[in-house]
Amino acid sequence: MSYIVEMLHITKDFPGIRANDDITLQIEEKSIHALLGENGAGKSTLMSILFGLYQPDSGSIRVRGKEVKISDPNVATSLGIGMVHQHFKLVHNFTVTENIILGMEPHKGPVIDIRSAEKKVEEISKLYGLAVDPRAKIEDISVSMQQRVEILKMLFRDAEILIFDEPTAVLTPQEIHELMQIMRRLVEEGKTILLITHKLKEIKEVADVCTVLRRGKLVGTVSVADTDEERMAEMMVGRQVSFHVEKGPAKPGEELLRIENLNVKNVKGLLGVKNLSLSVRAGEVLGLCGIDGNGQTELVQAITGLTKIESGKIFLRNINIANLPIKERTDLGLGHIPEDRQKHGLVLDFTLGENFVIHNYYEKPFANYGILNKKAILENAERLIREFDVRSGQGAMTPARAMSGGNQQKAIVAREIDRSPDVFIVVQPTRGLDVGAIEYIHKRIIAERDRGKAILLVSLELDEIMDVSDRIAVIYNGEIVGIVDAAATTENELGLMMSGALRKTHAAPQAVHV
Amino acid sequence: MTFELLLQMFPIALMFSAPIILTALGGLFSERSGIVNIALEGIMMVGAFTGATVTVLLENSTPAAAWYGLLAGLLAGVVFSILHAVASINLKADQVISGTALNILAGGLTVYLCQIIFHQQRTRAFSNGIQKFSVPGLSDIPVLGRMFFKEIYPTFYIAIAMVFITWFVVYKTPLGLRMRACGEHPQAAASMGINVAKMRYFGVLVSGALGGLGGAVMVLTADIQYTLVSIHGTGFISLASLVFGKWNPFGVLGAGLFFGFSTALSFYAKDIKFLAGLPGEFFYILPYLLTIIALLFFAGKSVGPKAAGEIYDSGKR
Ligand SMILES: Nc1ncnc2c1ncn2[C@@H]1O[C@H](COP(=O)(O)OP(=O)(O)OP(=O)(O)O)[C@@H](O)[C@H]1O
Ligand SMILES: [Mg+2]
Repeated sequence: MSYIVEMLHITKDFPGIRANDDITLQIEEKSIHALLGENGAGKSTLMSILFGLYQPDSGSIRVRGKEVKISDPNVATSLGIGMVHQHFKLVHNFTVTENIILGMEPHKGPVIDIRSAEKKVEEISKLYGLAVDPRAKIEDISVSMQQRVEILKMLFRDAEILIFDEPTAVLTPQEIHELMQIMRRLVEEGKTILLITHKLKEIKEVADVCTVLRRGKLVGTVSVADTDEERMAEMMVGRQVSFHVEKGPAKPGEELLRIENLNVKNVKGLLGVKNLSLSVRAGEVLGLCGIDGNGQTELVQAITGLTKIESGKIFLRNINIANLPIKERTDLGLGHIPEDRQKHGLVLDFTLGENFVIHNYYEKPFANYGILNKKAILENAERLIREFDVRSGQGAMTPARAMSGGNQQKAIVAREIDRSPDVFIVVQPTRGLDVGAIEYIHKRIIAERDRGKAILLVSLELDEIMDVSDRIAVIYNGEIVGIVDAAATTENELGLMMSGALRKTHAAPQAVHV
Repeated sequence: MTFELLLQMFPIALMFSAPIILTALGGLFSERSGIVNIALEGIMMVGAFTGATVTVLLENSTPAAAWYGLLAGLLAGVVFSILHAVASINLKADQVISGTALNILAGGLTVYLCQIIFHQQRTRAFSNGIQKFSVPGLSDIPVLGRMFFKEIYPTFYIAIAMVFITWFVVYKTPLGLRMRACGEHPQAAASMGINVAKMRYFGVLVSGALGGLGGAVMVLTADIQYTLVSIHGTGFISLASLVFGKWNPFGVLGAGLFFGFSTALSFYAKDIKFLAGLPGEFFYILPYLLTIIALLFFAGKSVGPKAAGEIYDSGKR
């Protein structure tokens, strides 16, 4: 058996934490090798070492049987190793082609030969079924297209070993499906793929082999065909994980959030939310599902105050908050777990402890007469870290930037849930989280519901919507096309409504006024 | 305003435009690579001082003294800008603070050196700076000839040539693509194997070269010697031209011409009927007023390079 890549006894320390502890990973040529592990288990670190971004403190790497020292990404590239990062590295106002050729531009004399570059990009794009327009600007194309540009960047450099770090976290189910096909196509053409993901389904679908890490240590490597999802989850978390949310029936009370005839423009200046009405009652979770880009973002931003509305009313209890500043909405009891965690969720250069008090740093006990009380901030942070199992190198003192992607997400969720807002807008709360963390977050959301809070859950994951919600509203083209009982609906029915084929606006008349 | 007056204004407006355009192009290189360079004012001062000094010292031995002055100004600008590069790239200092420090240093340093070399607070006056000339043939074209080719300082043509060279380098060559990538998203550039520090050094040093040249051009065309107030804010006006011109070489050309004309206007205002009533001081403050307005309106807008001013940390994720 020949391995194309072997990472032997790799150890890597960060301040306060051993991110990789004696890890050995052997990758077979022309296979898809999955890497599974809890948030902060060290997956991204291990892959960054292979790509030359970090140097291991000990251990060795062999590529195609030869021992190598990958001192920086250039060395990795020359060895045929490419990586798609968790956060894309694309220049937003460059074209697709410019981003791809950057660093190895084909040229005629001193001038970049953009024509032949575009042609080559188009050819590669065709070969692997990527359908990317080489002349489009990055800021004008969708996230999934941007990801394909990242893939093209590797292929343009003749990469043979492709590393994907949580590629599906930012994609819609349809796009995930397409990416899986692209990956299979890549392997057919002789590439080897290393795939980091938290979604066991995806591993079952495409991967051949799966290596599991836990807290920086190797747990084991298994063949995917012979291992079921429950077993993989157990290896990763170290205990049995329940994939289903345990919850009693909802006891809905008064309407806490009521939206009436709301119109909101999207970034293109068109109506993204059209005359939408909706209400969420105390003690229930209303799930909002739909294909990405059907108005969810605009609706959430209108409720939370991140964007201006065209017309309509948004009542929190009986106060119309539609035109209030964000801070007043927050003070009235509105909470929000934002979609873009790096942009709206955390100040990356602040410590974890500071990020936890970002809403109420000026209140007692965190501030006394205008002076911050470090001790109270620290105690608060330590409590949240414990409760939500937020893992990082230096606890409350870790800069948010130095935390793993999933732990950043956990930190936001912890801060917002802990405030226990009366009306809670929860968007993609478990994006990038491991199954154990997902289980816990879902439990906490249900606990909030049972305390009589009104929760609007927006997610692209149907499983999450169906498991956690009591009622499900389907949004299509900026309109609510139906509200159904979560216990009584099926994935098929939701799918039909999400695609606009089926309307069910009379199912819950007390909540919809169309 | 008579047409004749306008024609008369052209050569002097173009004279004032040349150093602004050159220096603003320097700023363009620096900011496109990701380093905010408000030290342009100081760089111009150092370039102007060196240009004037070399001209004075060589005057008796060569008729091309002023041209050596220009070259010396350019080189002095490069050397001076190394300070900014080291502070903001290697030492990761705040670029605005480093730039401010350099502006302050430039004043003290040049006057100090004047004191040592000339035993006074200014350089000795040179007898010949850069000379005006007329382009044979072209200067006889009616109207256009008088506007652009007759009695013109060759430095204006250098500035125009620099606009095209800048455009070519920034938008057409691999070097330009890489430099812009460093100014927009240095992490992305680094992940493609580009040495961000090297690119930014290139940007800052070119801004030093063009800013130093701009300073020397200014003193050797519009002045008779270097004094502490020879540059009087032209570096900041160049910065404003960069912002007005949206970080694009041709935009910079337009903005530079605009500021050149607004400076020239102060000399001609008295001859223009409907402007003569305004106090003369008004026209002196005009370029600076426009600079403030430019910076006020555009400073917050995200039209410039995204990562300009941001300290690049390779460990950032
Ligand atoms: N640059 C860094 N500086 C300091 N600590 C770091 C750095 N990068 C990672 N760490 C720490 O190393 C540990 C492993 O992080 P890593 O990003 O590899 O986790 P991961 O397995 O990819 O997690 P996730 O699933 O959440 O993305 C984390 O505790 C993180 O805080
Ligand atoms: Mg990760």
